Amino acid sequence: MAGLMIDRVSKCFGEQQAVDSLSLDIEPGEFVALLGPSGCGKTTMLRMLAGFEALSEGEIRLGERTLASRELHVPPEQRNMAMVFQSYALWPHMSVADNVGYPLKLRRLEGDAYRRRVAQALSLVDLASHAGRSPQELSGGQRQRVALARCLVTDPDVVLLDEPLANLDRHLRAAMEQSFREFHRRTRATMIYVTHDQSEAMSLADRIAVMRGGRLEQWATPEALYRRPRSAWVASFIGQGSLLQVAAGRPGQRLDEHTLMHGLAAVASERVQPVLVRPEHVTVLPDASAQRGLRARVESVTFRGERHELHLRLASGESLVAYHHAALVEGESVELILHEGWCLEP
Amino acid sequence: MTPSLTAGSQQRWLLTLLTVTIVLLSLVPSLRLLLEALGDLAQGSEAPLWRVLQAESTWRALWRSLYTSGLGMLIALALGSLFAFVITLTDIRGKAWLVFCFMLPMMIPPQVTALSWLQLFGPASPLLKSIGMAPPLGSPQPLYSAEGIALLLGIQSAPLVFLALRTSLLSLPRELVEAARISGARQAQVWGHVILPVTRGGLIAGGAMAFISSLGNFGIPAMLGIPAGYYVLPTLIYQRMASFGTGVLAEMASLSLLIGVLALAGVALQQAWMKRSRFGLVGHSGRAHDFSLGRWRGAVTALLIAVLLAILIAPLAALVVSSLVPAVGVPLSWESATLNAYHEVIGRQGATWRAVRNSLWLAGGAALVLMLCSLPLAYRLQRLPQRWQSLALGAIELPYALPGVVLAVACILLFVRPIPLVNVALYGTLGLIFVAYLMRFLVVCLKPVAAGLAQLDPALEEAAQLAGAGPWRRLGGIVLPLVAPALFAGGLLVFLLAVNELTVSALLWSAGNETLGVLIFNLAEGGESVLAAAVSVLVVAMIAALMLCLSWLAPHLPKGVVPWQG
Repeated sequence: MAGLMIDRVSKCFGEQQAVDSLSLDIEPGEFVALLGPSGCGKTTMLRMLAGFEALSEGEIRLGERTLASRELHVPPEQRNMAMVFQSYALWPHMSVADNVGYPLKLRRLEGDAYRRRVAQALSLVDLASHAGRSPQELSGGQRQRVALARCLVTDPDVVLLDEPLANLDRHLRAAMEQSFREFHRRTRATMIYVTHDQSEAMSLADRIAVMRGGRLEQWATPEALYRRPRSAWVASFIGQGSLLQVAAGRPGQRLDEHTLMHGLAAVASERVQPVLVRPEHVTVLPDASAQRGLRARVESVTFRGERHELHLRLASGESLVAYHHAALVEGESVELILHEGWCLEP
Repeated sequence: MTPSLTAGSQQRWLLTLLTVTIVLLSLVPSLRLLLEALGDLAQGSEAPLWRVLQAESTWRALWRSLYTSGLGMLIALALGSLFAFVITLTDIRGKAWLVFCFMLPMMIPPQVTALSWLQLFGPASPLLKSIGMAPPLGSPQPLYSAEGIALLLGIQSAPLVFLALRTSLLSLPRELVEAARISGARQAQVWGHVILPVTRGGLIAGGAMAFISSLGNFGIPAMLGIPAGYYVLPTLIYQRMASFGTGVLAEMASLSLLIGVLALAGVALQQAWMKRSRFGLVGHSGRAHDFSLGRWRGAVTALLIAVLLAILIAPLAALVVSSLVPAVGVPLSWESATLNAYHEVIGRQGATWRAVRNSLWLAGGAALVLMLCSLPLAYRLQRLPQRWQSLALGAIELPYALPGVVLAVACILLFVRPIPLVNVALYGTLGLIFVAYLMRFLVVCLKPVAAGLAQLDPALEEAAQLAGAGPWRRLGGIVLPLVAPALFAGGLLVFLLAVNELTVSALLWSAGNETLGVLIFNLAEGGESVLAAAVSVLVVAMIAALMLCLSWLAPHLPKGVVPWQG
């Protein structure tokens, strides 16, 4: 197994800069998500990894081998990668088994070895009984699994996944997420997963590259992204939370309850440090007249099943999201304690 | 019920009535033909159908029809798929021009194609004479043969293969190709393993269309076959009608039935095959050109240009050269070049002007009338239940799918006696050709309009309905402006096809009522090939201008209306 190295890769389509000097160092066997809103360049990056697009600048290396640079372009068929497409891209004129076995045929594998490998791959995705069917007879989730089996049949160095769950309904997504996780655990293949759904990326990936406008916004584990986002944009893109201006701390610092509450009480001109406060770090005091906490007014309440989501307006005019066990009346005044906050880059 | 609703349903009835009438009109000629051919079966072995079936000439013509059309189809498949694959899938340059030039032969009338090829080869070729390469006098004209007919049929119908294959190549999702590439397939393997099997439906459809259109072609076998005594079914009918007149109508109806059945069997076979090889394709389509030709690009471009030179430029050049020489057999040089033929056809030949006027009137009138009925017809058809809609469309398509000779014979049968009740005699007048054109070209005008209507968001009209607009108001104020470009394109296509039409008018014309197609045919048959070439050059120039006009309109039209624009 070899690591994948993306070194200052750029891609221009005419005037438009789709990917701008992106660098990632991916460990062997790692599950990486490229996350970002549509048009952020994540699919272009994936297509450059596969070899469907040429690079404008930079270099892509797999272990010691250079796959692509400005001068060199290894065609997709020589990269030993596999890909799951958003539309699955199953060939309609071949049976399920033929679809899965096609990469083996191209590698001149025949006879018993061929049949064994195809059967193995199909049973890994629980589709051994569907081998003779045509892809059109399968459901969306089954097609997805055939595409997955086609990927793993040749032991590729890298598996690329292009928004593979985008065409499935919500229930199926959860089941497929589980099968991706298992697939990765069993094969230990390096996987690059493109998605615009942050919860999908958070639950699957070892590390996430958050992209915006062709640039890398942050490159970290899911937990680090949630707890220690670099910028306000990443903070707003991942998870819930509110942005407050505080007169304490510097970027990349955690504020405890005392410092945070003090910093919020300062005059407006001193409050210049943006701080992210997650809703689970906000407590609504039971007694609104205790004069201990921060005063706020309830603007709206949304019932979320296990809890109520409160949208609050602070005296300073800033808005804040909090969770509460009971519904509150809109317009009611409450007192809050903020337990911790994370200082962002301005 | 409120008054406005009553008015609305009245108008709906009116629309339905119109629809039913037009659909019936499309069916009537075929029914009349069927009646005539099968009517006298009671006479036993003396019935016209039996007499025709027992005649050796029938079977010989049938075999020749099948042979020339089959060979033509193979040539069309080779040419059409070469151009479709290269232009759609690779990064070759100048695609728009290549497509335009390749489509031109389809729009050039068959008799002009035949004439230009005759001018290109043979001992009397002005072009070969001018460059000193003409074969000796007395050597045979190579095109007066079955293979010559097949070659020209193939060139004429190659664009049909090209279009069908290009459509299915464009709907091939890019991912299917990419998935094969990343599985380890090289470009050539992707082509054989994925592209060809998935798009074979388009290939079959194109081949079948080429075969059916060759089967019904009249101009080419007439110009190349009749001088050699080589008769195919349409020319056999023409020759019999020309020699024996309306006396042999019943037998001709039987012969027409024969090719009609052949053509329809071809259509049915094609649809059955298509059903078997149709796949539900998902993914991003419309951009399938993933193949880089690399260092082969120059060679492939040269090959395509060479093919175009051979099938389009050389014959047209021969045509132009022929129209500039003072007389047949004189080589062209700076001294001998003359515009006399053009002066003759434009200035002096009364018949030329008459034919031009007739054709312009017929084509313009047919285009206008068909444009007027197409919109309400398509509008009403779209609101029919799926089953009725496809039945009605089938009926409307029938007069166009059947070979032109069949429709012509059916029209003679229908109108040889004055129309009952109104007592109008159409036979022997321009009106007969006009009615035949209306029947034949209705579907050409209707299809773009129906495509445009299908693309329209129903909410646009529903919003107008809620605002209080009745059916006619909506049709005029909302639907018409939105589908106007498609309607206009439909009319232009009808004009393009009708102004050069020969097959129908060859049987229906009478003295004083010649069309342009008939004029060229008669001039060429009468040995006036210089004059015929001059008229043909003018015709080709007009067609190219009209096609450019359509290309220029293309960005405003629904996809697929202008056949040569992707």
